[in-house]
Amino acid sequence: MSSTPLIQLRQLAKTYQTGDVTVHAVRGVTLDIARGEFVAFMGTSGSGKSTLMNTLGCLDQPTGGDYLLDGAGMAGRNRQQLAVLRNRKIGFVFQSFNLLARTSALENVELPMLYAVPVISRPERRQRAIAALAKVGLAQRQDHHPSQLSGGQQQRVAIARALVNRPELLLADEPTGNLDSRTSIEIMALFQELNASGITIVMVTHELDIAAYCQRVIVLRDGAVLSDTINDQPRSALAEIRRLNDLAPAATRS
Amino acid sequence: MLTTLHVFLLQSWQTGFIALRALRRNRLRSCLTALGIIIGVAAVVAMVAVGNGAQASITAQVSALGENLLTVFAGSKRSGGVSAGQGSASTITLADVKAIQREVTDVVAVSPEISTSAQAIANSRNWSTTIAGESPEYLQIRDWKLTRGSMFTEREVRSAAKVAVIGSKTALELFGPLNPVGQGVRIKNIPFVIIGLLESKGAGMGGQNQDDRLIIPYTTAMKRLTGDRYLRSVNLQIRDAGRMTIAQDQITGLLRQRHRLTAGDSDDFNIFNQKDIAETVSSVTGIVKLLLGAISSLSLVVGGIGIMNIMLVSVTERTREIGIRIAVGAQPAAIRLQFLIEAITLSLLGGLAGVLLGIIAARLVGAVSNFQPIVTLDSIALAFGVSFAIGVFFGYYPARKAAALNPIEALRYE
Repeated sequence: MSSTPLIQLRQLAKTYQTGDVTVHAVRGVTLDIARGEFVAFMGTSGSGKSTLMNTLGCLDQPTGGDYLLDGAGMAGRNRQQLAVLRNRKIGFVFQSFNLLARTSALENVELPMLYAVPVISRPERRQRAIAALAKVGLAQRQDHHPSQLSGGQQQRVAIARALVNRPELLLADEPTGNLDSRTSIEIMALFQELNASGITIVMVTHELDIAAYCQRVIVLRDGAVLSDTINDQPRSALAEIRRLNDLAPAATRS
Repeated sequence: MLTTLHVFLLQSWQTGFIALRALRRNRLRSCLTALGIIIGVAAVVAMVAVGNGAQASITAQVSALGENLLTVFAGSKRSGGVSAGQGSASTITLADVKAIQREVTDVVAVSPEISTSAQAIANSRNWSTTIAGESPEYLQIRDWKLTRGSMFTEREVRSAAKVAVIGSKTALELFGPLNPVGQGVRIKNIPFVIIGLLESKGAGMGGQNQDDRLIIPYTTAMKRLTGDRYLRSVNLQIRDAGRMTIAQDQITGLLRQRHRLTAGDSDDFNIFNQKDIAETVSSVTGIVKLLLGAISSLSLVVGGIGIMNIMLVSVTERTREIGIRIAVGAQPAAIRLQFLIEAITLSLLGGLAGVLLGIIAARLVGAVSNFQPIVTLDSIALAFGVSFAIGVFFGYYPARKAAALNPIEALRYE
């Protein structure tokens, strides 16, 4: 069981029909992602990385080939089955955070548990949400609404939400796209910490220095894999933060 | 299977909370949306109450005519196609009345009736009123009571005594607030003594004031006032409501035989059956009630469309929220349920407020009109049932639309 890769793509293809034009967003991608990997998908817009992410996230069905998540094929599953799979196995982090407005951080984190099968009791939901918020360092902010939080804090709430159902796979679609570089590194530090605790993370980014924190970088072009590189020595986000902290006081002193 | 149901119920419970919170967040809009249903339900409850009240009031008027009352009217006099009206023909005689009394065993009380208009003069006042010749049993037949004095007796009928029982309105016109019993009154220059005062009965069927009359023995009326040998009508009380039709048939047969009518001839009399009238009246008022309910139900449909409209707007507005929910694993059924519960809650709360408003409206109608609207439990239950059905019916389409959203596009929606 644990020997099978978490993600297996077999000649995965996705075509769209926009009017008379058929768009081949993904053309026969075959690759495996093992448990515990931290992978970055890179590529220009139109390279098919977003489509691939949506398919990995079970938000979309492939039109060709198959996608096996945890050994189970996705082809032919209905919306209801995909919803259950997303709820159990996948956590999403988006570029624009996608938190529910006018809803407290705690309630945002509780959201995936509302739809869990079997049902999670109210006290347990609350307790797990508090623990998830503590894990991302926002224990003090649980009653704040998204509008009262900074971008980095909002993304941390989104990560807590993604983690709360204890998924095997964390999918992040340009998680640092709306954040400044310092906050981006902090988010990457959080990802590295989560990855170290065993969660498989697949991320889309177009920033090279963000991809440098990942163990494996897959570059896509025109819906196909252009390169698939193992990064033996990913940069450590924690070390980077320490370096920045050392620089900053000096800068202010001068 | 049991666990699936259990899960479904628990999820419905949670989804219900989500839906309620969404409604609370848009309180003003929720209220405005529910307003359509509020008005619709209030209209139905109030209108049905008014219909019930009107029906009850009319039915009470009909039964005030007397219990198990049959009235035999002489046929109408015709000359060249012009009818002179019921009771105008000279067909019913006292011998007919005797025969009915003798042969129709279900008849328990009889009052031959002669009716004429005349000027009544007492002291220096005069008043034009109806003079009715009746038998002593008339008061029993009409379920009418005296507030003062007594009714004339069978002996006074036999002797054609010059005594009268006076209606409250006539008494007021002739004697003011004074006690009329023992006073004299002149009718067509014949002096009568008033021996009884009738209790007030108000307007009867057709609107004439029943309290404006003088009742005298029918013999007196025939001999001294009109000189007629014929009766205008005969009031009969039947022993039992279930025997009304049989008695009516027997009387018809008897009178046809006595009047020597052959199979081809039409009746030269008409029989007015109080039960028939009551049934006709209640079926007419029933139709009016149904019509009132139907018209006000239209506003419920309009209210339902209002809910659908707002729910559709709400689904569009919350596309992104729906996308987020779907992305984190909300099943389509859960999304559908959420919006369905929102719609049903709106219409049920609207229904509740509408019922209260309808009851208040019915009370107001009762306060300004001369009958009391009757709010019945079944109209309230119906209004609730209908508003629930409206919530389901008009909420289903927006809810299905929400559940069918493509999460990828929904998440991109600005």
